[in-house]
Amino acid sequence: MKFLEKIIHKHEPKFAKGGKLEKWNPVFESFTTLAFTPALVTKKGAHIRDGVDLKRTMMMVILALVPCLLFGIYNTGHWEMVAAEGNRNIPYLADFWTKVGMGLKVVLPLIVVSYASGLIVEFIFGVIKGHSLHEGFLVSGMLIPLIMPADVPLWMVAVATIFAVVIGKEIFGGTGMNIVNVALTARAFLFFAYPTSMSGDNVWMAGKEADVDGFSGATALGDLATFTTEKMTVAGADVVNQTSEAAMEAFNNSYSMLDSFIGMIPGSVGETSVIACLLGAALLLITGVGSLRIMLSFGIGGFLTGLLMNAIGTNPYMDLPAAHHLLIGGFAFGAIFMATDPVTAAQTATGKIIYGFFGGVVAILIRVVNPAYPEGVMLAILFMNVMAPIIDHYVVQSNIKRRLKRLKTA
Amino acid sequence: MSKSIKLRKGLDIRLIGEAKTTKSKLPLPKSVSIKPSDFHSMTPKMVVKEGGKVNAGSTLFYDKYNESIKYASPISGTVKAIVRGAKRRILEVVVESDGQQSYEESTIGKLSDMSADQVKEIILSSGLWPMINQRPIDVVADPKNSPKSIFVSAFSSAPLAPDYNFLLQGMEEEFQTGLDALKMLTSGKVHLTLDAKSTSADMFKNAKGVQINTISGKHPAGNVGTQIHHIDPINKGEFVWTVNAQDVAIMGRYFLTGKFDTTKTIALTGSEISEPQYFETIIGACVSDLLDGKIKTDNVRVISGNVLTGDKIDQDGYLGFYHNEVTVIPEGDQMKFVATEGWMAPGFKRFSNSRTFPTWILPKSKKFRLDTNTNGEERAFVVTGELEKVFPFDILPMQLVKAAITDDIDGMENLGIYEVAPEDFALCEYVCTSKINIQDEIRQGLDLIASECM
Repeated sequence: MKFLEKIIHKHEPKFAKGGKLEKWNPVFESFTTLAFTPALVTKKGAHIRDGVDLKRTMMMVILALVPCLLFGIYNTGHWEMVAAEGNRNIPYLADFWTKVGMGLKVVLPLIVVSYASGLIVEFIFGVIKGHSLHEGFLVSGMLIPLIMPADVPLWMVAVATIFAVVIGKEIFGGTGMNIVNVALTARAFLFFAYPTSMSGDNVWMAGKEADVDGFSGATALGDLATFTTEKMTVAGADVVNQTSEAAMEAFNNSYSMLDSFIGMIPGSVGETSVIACLLGAALLLITGVGSLRIMLSFGIGGFLTGLLMNAIGTNPYMDLPAAHHLLIGGFAFGAIFMATDPVTAAQTATGKIIYGFFGGVVAILIRVVNPAYPEGVMLAILFMNVMAPIIDHYVVQSNIKRRLKRLKTA
Repeated sequence: MSKSIKLRKGLDIRLIGEAKTTKSKLPLPKSVSIKPSDFHSMTPKMVVKEGGKVNAGSTLFYDKYNESIKYASPISGTVKAIVRGAKRRILEVVVESDGQQSYEESTIGKLSDMSADQVKEIILSSGLWPMINQRPIDVVADPKNSPKSIFVSAFSSAPLAPDYNFLLQGMEEEFQTGLDALKMLTSGKVHLTLDAKSTSADMFKNAKGVQINTISGKHPAGNVGTQIHHIDPINKGEFVWTVNAQDVAIMGRYFLTGKFDTTKTIALTGSEISEPQYFETIIGACVSDLLDGKIKTDNVRVISGNVLTGDKIDQDGYLGFYHNEVTVIPEGDQMKFVATEGWMAPGFKRFSNSRTFPTWILPKSKKFRLDTNTNGEERAFVVTGELEKVFPFDILPMQLVKAAITDDIDGMENLGIYEVAPEDFALCEYVCTSKINIQDEIRQGLDLIASECM
């Protein structure tokens, strides 16, 4: 790698202060630091520094997303085939490589568009503000395609990504300063700006037309359009006009617990498989990058709310078993990859538990009580992002009070 | 009533180059230097001029704003240079040895016959006073304050730290006398805190007139800041003084002999030293004799003190006033290719407290050769919870650092700035993923508090 280093050193003066291309230094620096850890040394204080840096941390998150990505590619291919043939009963593992190919054709462009549009914005801001690329977007850029419906138009992804990076992050000062999760901002933006592309029963399978006969039942659903959720969309055809027990049964026929757990259900690209999410969670927890406090409390919050809703039980959503709630609707994906975003989550240890718990509670509440917004998880996390500073504030206050009390007793 | 404390948080950074417990005596250094920068926020007022003759114990300068605090020469000879920096700030006062070491004569009586004021007066006029530090703010103690207690740590837990049992070997009487003298400076207690993990020398275990506490855990268990927080925490308006154990012995020696004899043992450590071991020298000694022929590689960093809190010095630089060791580690000013050494590499050589590098799987006996590379660029705070893992205080480190960065005085007061010193945050600075210079930020916060609230 000496030759690469030589090239860098050769071109360095041009980008240095006073050089011809000084303005472009952030871009130059971004690329050189991707290839080499810079020769920066400590000056005083701690003369040695931990091996970890933000690039390493972010790389771990991306690695953790790989199972979801791989599974997502296959799952997308599967449902595309289902939609194309209009046959729900295609065995999940049949035509493996064809499905992989179909999935790649859908997912790769999403990833490319998300990274390209986001990085362009990042670099523009980097050049304006004179800082090199902040690593945060490397993760956001991967998360965004994974939480998009397979059928979303690429230009929408680009618009949403640009919106999220600019409004969600850069205007606050970049990575580390943002209030809400960037990837979820992108999704929320699309959800409210282009609802027809983001919800309903037609977007979750690439290439699916609304009225493929004998398969979607979209016509029977017509008047229930507002009632659809991404996971219940297809099942909803049978669900809504019947008693909730029957609805449950129909639902379970289409989306058994096992199917949901493995992820063999339609949904956003990368969020359907709980197994893949758990694999990612394992990596995040082993490396200490993700917060166990948040993941666990998020799950517990969701589960308890699910139980409570079961007890009330006035609509099919309420009757859905609590455990099943955790397996669908991107709940696991949200809890593991979204809620744990360290910048937008609560920052204190106690705060994380409260934050996660209420995140889970609100996610299920939105999903169940207001089925017009089945995207409970997304909205719940965004809501808790906004609440996190308040939670932290009270945790900090309690620390301050405890320490003041020490003065009084002493 | 002695206390025993168990810490669960902290981090032992396992470095190559621990000193073997053998001691060599170095010849009297050719020159010594007292650096005003060792005494934070002190403005020196010179007493001597360049070329002037001094004895060991003669005052070189005093604190302009606290004239009773004198800073003495550890050596006899001529003042060779008063090195000034920007705005004529005095950076160091170099004294060249005359090779004889003649001491300033003084006759002092027995400590047991003295009053507290007399003891204080002797410590101030002899040049020993700067050895006493105060919390809050972590500066040389103000003699006008009365501390609620005085803390001495009987060990250091920092990476490659010298073994205090060895440092103070043979100084039993001096150490005890030093403690006795300190006892007279406070109406409260003198706390001596021992390491619960290893056996302390008898002089520590059997020290008289002090409260003996034990603490167990990883670094920073040996830091006085940690000990104060768990034993006798500081509230606003209170003062605690701290003295390094070896300086206690030097004080004791003065009370026994009347001589400003700053002979001390220091450890020469670090991965770039061919035979790390202990040496006997004096405060402020030039390290060129010490390092001569012992450095294995070119391009090294010489640190007076430990790798977490020490000061960078030249190879012919001078030992810091408070330091008990000199550490030499490789300089890290080379680029590292990502896939072999950088952020994408497996990284078995990158010691890390985060488990993103596999070094945490390696056996605890494995030691590392770490260089001065920051291993990444500075970023905004992103990762949360990592500072908390190495900060064994009931204080929220990240919130306090943020308050310090934003000059939020109320925030700092509430979050516990009075209890901390920059060195308490050394590990936080080490582990910080965003490579923020936390000790510096805390120091600036403390300076703001000192100017606004004290």
